[in-house]
Amino acid sequence: MTMSKPVETTRRQAVWNDPRLRAIVYQILVLGGVLLLGWYLVSNTLHRLEQQSIATGFGFLEKEAGFGISESLIAYTPADTYLRAFLVGVLNTFKVGLVGIVLATLIGTVIGIARLSSNWLIARLAAIYVEGLRNIPLLLQLFLWYSLINESLPGPRQALSPLPGVFMSNRGLYLPAPVWQADYGYVALALIVAVVLALLLVRWAHRRQDLTGQQVPLSLLVLGPVLGLPVLVFFVLGAPLQWSVPELKGFNFQGGLSLSPEYAALLTGLTLYTAAFIAEIVRSGIQAVAKGQSEAALSLGLPRSKVLRLVILPQALRVIVPPLTSQYLNLIKNSSLAVAIGYPDLVSIANTTLNQTGQAVEGIAMIMATYLTISLAIAAFMNWYNKRIAFKER
Amino acid sequence: MAESSIAPAPPTPEAVRPPATSVGVLGWLRANLFNSPFNSVLTVLALAALVYLIPGIVQWLLLEAHWQATPEICRAAEDGACWAFIREKFRYIMFGFYPLEQQWRPTLAMLLFVVLIGLSTQRRFWNRGLLLAWAALMMASYVLMAGGILGLEAVSNDKWGGLPLTLMLSVVGILLAFPLGILLALGRRSDMPAIKAVCVGYIELIRGVPLISVLFMASVMFPLFLPEGVTIDKLLRAQAAIILFAAAYLAEVVRGGLQAVPKGQYEAAAALGLSYWQTTGLIILPQALRIAIPPIVNTFIGLFKDTSLVVIISLFDLMTTTKTSLTDPQWLGFSVEAYLFTGLIYFVCCFFMSRFSQYLEQHLRKGRER
Repeated sequence: MTMSKPVETTRRQAVWNDPRLRAIVYQILVLGGVLLLGWYLVSNTLHRLEQQSIATGFGFLEKEAGFGISESLIAYTPADTYLRAFLVGVLNTFKVGLVGIVLATLIGTVIGIARLSSNWLIARLAAIYVEGLRNIPLLLQLFLWYSLINESLPGPRQALSPLPGVFMSNRGLYLPAPVWQADYGYVALALIVAVVLALLLVRWAHRRQDLTGQQVPLSLLVLGPVLGLPVLVFFVLGAPLQWSVPELKGFNFQGGLSLSPEYAALLTGLTLYTAAFIAEIVRSGIQAVAKGQSEAALSLGLPRSKVLRLVILPQALRVIVPPLTSQYLNLIKNSSLAVAIGYPDLVSIANTTLNQTGQAVEGIAMIMATYLTISLAIAAFMNWYNKRIAFKER
Repeated sequence: MAESSIAPAPPTPEAVRPPATSVGVLGWLRANLFNSPFNSVLTVLALAALVYLIPGIVQWLLLEAHWQATPEICRAAEDGACWAFIREKFRYIMFGFYPLEQQWRPTLAMLLFVVLIGLSTQRRFWNRGLLLAWAALMMASYVLMAGGILGLEAVSNDKWGGLPLTLMLSVVGILLAFPLGILLALGRRSDMPAIKAVCVGYIELIRGVPLISVLFMASVMFPLFLPEGVTIDKLLRAQAAIILFAAAYLAEVVRGGLQAVPKGQYEAAAALGLSYWQTTGLIILPQALRIAIPPIVNTFIGLFKDTSLVVIISLFDLMTTTKTSLTDPQWLGFSVEAYLFTGLIYFVCCFFMSRFSQYLEQHLRKGRER
């Protein structure tokens, strides 16, 4: 009845030689093996936990934590729950991770460009920086920074003051900070208005260039309102500025912005270490742009600043962004080394939690889940950005 | 000759000599340090910073440093480093709690390592014999470290420490992670969805979490995984965690190598009637691994540095011995010296490895470009 389709192939094949069948069998075997291993581990674990009468499940999160945390972005007391303690840890990880990413990108870009400088001395110094920091474990660098702050800086009473209002002591770094005033709302509003205005200006300038070929000094047009308008509003309001300056009271400084020694050491270590890697990425990205590109741009009569901005950077960014993403992820993951110098990040707090409750499986699951979420989120964002700047092929 | 009549008269020596500012030291300075106003300013600023910083550093590191002194003398003189501390703690930092009179054994093991690493950098030794030599070295160094046979005194592995332990964790880690990493990479490129999913899941899970969490898992969760009565000691658990961790990173590096093998190679192998494993083992992997060697060396450098994290689960590797040497109440407060010393050890190892990887990259590329 099936005349059109031959039932048998011309050459008889043994069933076990059919690649599709084989593939299915292999996959069933592998999956079965993985599931069996998983079941074996889980059953062993459950048995062990039962034996040692350790509770399972995430019920402990509702219980009182009972331990103090040295620094926190949200209100926290030992009477709060484990869940809130964990949240404090997550926020502390973000506090060091995000600031670190911004600073490392800035420093790394500068060092990366410096490595390509035609100035022999600057290029050499940048190379020494990169080689020196890349080849020493981050953990050792963190210990070194921490001990430099802790042992080499004087106590609060003899604190170093490199700039007026800035104090460095073994209790941390203290900076003056402006106090929030009610009038600042208007300044913020002015800033928003200015940004909208600037965006409109940019659109107009692009359309004008498309139509007439005439260019507008865009950077001036954008910077003018964005910086000018808020400053204008600030002065119209009568410049309501009040600084909170750190002052020595009793045994330590009060007021201003303070960075704990742990935070300062962790941030310095993470930033400088990651910056060395970012510098190499930036360097190779710029080197990857063919020399003909800048020569062609120069021969068109573009000034050097525009060559860099309009020709080199857009092409270099395509090479830079993917490895840069993995450096950002590394920085976030490396921030877990905080536990070694006593900064209360999420690993440190989860570790305290699992030591207190004995619920190791849940504690480690929470650590891993949090890092995975952060990693996936950053990877997704950078993929989106990468797609946006990727080469548009027609 | 005919040409000599066409050639112009030789110019006078004064005319050919370039201006004094474009040759020699002056010329070099002009071309490399003062070639634009901006660069001149940078040069002056950098020089000023160096002049300001370097004398103090040299004074602290060398001139005012104490090489042989008691802690009291060191503490009294504040503007010099106390290298006497390193002298005092050298054996401990390098070998941890390994019995003092037996320390020639880890030293010998490390020397063998260095010799074999030196041989491995030479491409003419890249053959099966080298693999056998590595396997033999692994066994020899285990025998040397653990003892118990051949008249060597047995030393239990909780006494192992310092540089030998760091080397062991990283070298054994990368060697045993290799087969697993290759399998994962092949799995990730497989056409079979279930196998691909398992491999991708494993690789991304491990690469998404910090090594610390994997080490924590090894120290607190592994014991729960095992059936009753079975225990694995801490060193082995940490080693297992490092292997599992390194395998995920190696898998990605090997995958990069696999992707770089041209499709024609697969097609040619298929046309010859080779099976999957024959194709992979005889055609694809040799080429893919060759391409992947420089990034593999880089992965090893990363792993070598990362083994310092075992300080967190208190194994006595080089980092931990450095840190604990600082807790001697007699010698408190010389942490900067200790960290600089250990940092130098790590730096020397990693720097030469990265130089080697750069050399390889150029060398291997040369072969492909020919």
